[in-house]
Amino acid sequence: MIPRPAPAPVPGSLADRPAHRAGPPPATEAEIWALLSRIPDPEIPVVSITDLGIVREVSLDGTDVHVAITPTYSGCPATSVIGMAVETALLDAGLTPRVTTRLDPPWTTDWLTEAAREKLRRYGIAPPAAKGPEACPHCGAATLTQVSRFGSTPCKAQWRCETCREPFDYFKCH
Amino acid sequence: MTRDAALFEFLCRMGDSTLVLGHRLSEWCGTAPALEEDIATANTALDLIGQTQMWLGLAAEVEGAGRSADDLAMRRDAWDFRNLLLVEQPNGDFGRTLMRSFLFDVWHRRMLERLTASSDPRVAAIAAKAVKEVAYHADRSAELVVALGDGTEESHRRMQDALDRLWPYTGEMTSDDEVDREMAEARIAPLPSELRPGWEEAVRATLTQATLTVPESAFAHRGGKNGARHSEHLGHMLTTMQWLQRAYPEATW
Repeated sequence: MIPRPAPAPVPGSLADRPAHRAGPPPATEAEIWALLSRIPDPEIPVVSITDLGIVREVSLDGTDVHVAITPTYSGCPATSVIGMAVETALLDAGLTPRVTTRLDPPWTTDWLTEAAREKLRRYGIAPPAAKGPEACPHCGAATLTQVSRFGSTPCKAQWRCETCREPFDYFKCH
Repeated sequence: MTRDAALFEFLCRMGDSTLVLGHRLSEWCGTAPALEEDIATANTALDLIGQTQMWLGLAAEVEGAGRSADDLAMRRDAWDFRNLLLVEQPNGDFGRTLMRSFLFDVWHRRMLERLTASSDPRVAAIAAKAVKEVAYHADRSAELVVALGDGTEESHRRMQDALDRLWPYTGEMTSDDEVDREMAEARIAPLPSELRPGWEEAVRATLTQATLTVPESAFAHRGGKNGARHSEHLGHMLTTMQWLQRAYPEATW
């Protein structure tokens, strides 16, 4: 019988990485919020995870920090990447992080900040609105057609502008 | 049966149904008839797999036997699955896939709406998260059933064939058994039979608009949600889905 190849080795845990510490660790929750606001969404990097409203709680006790994150869509593959990015950033800042998932209340696009909506627009993604996209993010025209209710990520749908004829992504109202 | 044992069964019914349908829909990835539909089907599959992680994660927690959601998904065989027979039926053509999703989505949405008021806050939280996604699935599948049912002669024929074939699998969604009665008594979940009138009304309204004829027979296949008699299709599906864990037990990355 031919022996089966062994499965690939499991990489070391995050806590084993060498830390990159510059200065003392953050001492206030506000500093941690500021740190988290610099972590980009992996699929729409112009917005940060705090812009998306998915960081639900930050609590600091000495150097132990607890961060609660809520998923956007339950199957969004970005969620685990975000959890890892948060853990890495906090470890690198010299803290001992505990990252948990919080389902309740469920995430809604109402939690997107105004700054996030503007960043999306400039990036070419129409921000969520109750009755679908309000204006083409390229030319600003309002005659728009839905191409598909779904798009390249769970949070987006595909639309087309009838004036400039360009397709664009619409961040679905959720 | 203790309440926790019944809750475990109930959670496996929810999680296995979303897992099996999610896998079936993912079988279209890269081969659906149009790019937009390919993306839509894969996105829907992704939502369902995400919901599976929540349902089976809670099932594993309730069971308390040290198993994880992945263990439940990848290391049980067909007889331990508790999904509805409807969702394990093969994809067939795209019309049959859509009809299967439509019949399930209408039930799924109503079930989740009721579960948001569950006496178990963990169940209510998962339902509140999932129902927003499923409302979107249900809108899309209903739209397409109407478009294809009331479409060309060929699309109409295919949708009618799909409906005739799948209708006998719908009765199981709204049948009650011991687990369901235990869940209803604990106010964790509604009795499935309570969902029947609303489900049937909504389904008939869409099918009428789609110019399709609802079969008269009330015969219903049973045996999926209690695991007693799955169709042969589930085992074949699991050999593909669980291949890696079967070939390399304990593999992680």
